[in-house]
Amino acid sequence: MTNQPETVADTLHASAPLVLGRLVARHGQFDACEDAVQEALLAAAAQWPQKGVPDNPRAWLLTVAGRRLTDWWRSERARRDREAAVMAYEPESAAVVPAPGDEPPSSDDTLKLLFLCCHPALTAPSQVALTLRAVGGLTTAQIARAFLVPEATMAQRISRGKQRIKAAGARFAMPPPDERADRLRAVLQVLYLIFNEGNTASSGPHLLRNDLTTEAIRLVRALHGLLPDDGEVSGLLALMLLTDSHRAARTNAHGALVPLAEQDRTRWNRTAIAEGITLITDALSSFPPGPYQLQAAIAAVHAEATDPKDTDWPQIIALYRVLSHLAPNPMITLNQAAAIAMVDGPEAGLDLLKQLSKDERMAGHHRLAAVRAHLLEMAGDHRAANEAYQEAARRTTSIPEQRYLEARAARLTTRQVTFNSALGGSGGAEGDQAAGSR
Amino acid sequence: MKYMLLIYVNPEFAAQLSEQERTDLFDEVDAIMEDLRESGELVGGEALADPSTTRTVKLHGGLPAITDGPFMESKEQFGGYLTVDCESIERATEIAASWPDVRVGGAMEVRAIMQNSEAEV
Repeated sequence: MTNQPETVADTLHASAPLVLGRLVARHGQFDACEDAVQEALLAAAAQWPQKGVPDNPRAWLLTVAGRRLTDWWRSERARRDREAAVMAYEPESAAVVPAPGDEPPSSDDTLKLLFLCCHPALTAPSQVALTLRAVGGLTTAQIARAFLVPEATMAQRISRGKQRIKAAGARFAMPPPDERADRLRAVLQVLYLIFNEGNTASSGPHLLRNDLTTEAIRLVRALHGLLPDDGEVSGLLALMLLTDSHRAARTNAHGALVPLAEQDRTRWNRTAIAEGITLITDALSSFPPGPYQLQAAIAAVHAEATDPKDTDWPQIIALYRVLSHLAPNPMITLNQAAAIAMVDGPEAGLDLLKQLSKDERMAGHHRLAAVRAHLLEMAGDHRAANEAYQEAARRTTSIPEQRYLEARAARLTTRQVTFNSALGGSGGAEGDQAAGSR
Repeated sequence: MKYMLLIYVNPEFAAQLSEQERTDLFDEVDAIMEDLRESGELVGGEALADPSTTRTVKLHGGLPAITDGPFMESKEQFGGYLTVDCESIERATEIAASWPDVRVGGAMEVRAIMQNSEAEV
């Protein structure tokens, strides 16, 4: 990819929420304005790479989107409806909104848009789709490709989200102070969902997968710029940077997963790690810790160990303890058990897992079986470990994870058989075959 | 989470339906599809031609052999599928339960679809 289209895309993505924010502030009708901006973005994506980026790209987009809006309103001959809708929206005084071309970048608008797109009246898929389109400036087609669903499905999620916004009477405004913390938590959750979806590779080029993680990081970074004094926003940005720093080491040349303990740590992205560690260190020293900060702190402890043997497990256990107190969740207990095993031995970890298997949410979960398998292997019980790996492999819906778990199981079988044949038993070939058939 | 809903139909049952019943069945399917389209959960789906037109390829004496007819001998035959992207297996099962073929001797199988998720292990 040359630099030119990259610049165009960057400009479009950065301009989208600002242009949309200004349109909505002026006209109300988030629904129509969002469609108009999307059309303007599509027009720009078609024209700019050939004709060049205009001197004032934001003004260009604002003009095109504004024209689109006027066209629609005229063709609909819904003058009266529109006036009624505009009144109902009680937009900020039109007089204070400057004309296109001389607009100051209104970063508050981006924040208001985020709150609107992540409104609790929307389903998670709609929140995600709308955030990516309205705030991220992505096209419906791009979002649909990233989530491996037809464009019509994604378009539907977006329009449904907008209907819900309208029905809920949600406004393009800052949430009242007493709701703000909850609403911000919803925004962070949506952004984290986008990031995690980015870890889901499509069968197509890996670029698609990385696009979503990159996009999530970009959005959280923008949010951090707007709310530098929020510890959880910093925590989430740090968590994403630290997680994403493993990207190059997480799979081997054949696309197979490499577990954290076996990753080539020289391939970790040190720039991202340094930024993540600085962010989380600053956040934890200035704000009360929240779940994202604690998860980022755990990721930072891993990042600081250049050799897995040097990992400060007691520190990780302490952080998990605070985290499970603050935000109790069986998944956290599961990770805690794995960490405890590193300090107090596999039996201690397995004891904690026994309690966890009584939890309905976890009982049949493949991660529970996978961690149990790992701890059993540590304890030297290869037969039980093999069974647990196979159980985990049957339960997962992730192809790379299944491949990894099956390989683990097969490795134990092979090792056992090799051990037997060394004692004079037969079946070494059988063991190899079993391993090879996976 | 994506699920495939595999539709098993009993051709005998279907053959016994009156014209009106058949029309109602199709209308019902159309309505469900429209709901799923509107909710943004529908990913795709196909209906398959009658099982009698099936060919099956299987190894026979070390070579692939072709036979006419379906692989599995059963009253219920695989008749088509739909793919949905929804919150939970409970929701996918709810969609399956609403499918009219269930009422006329068919069955729906709800299967999670594997993904290329690369979550850290």
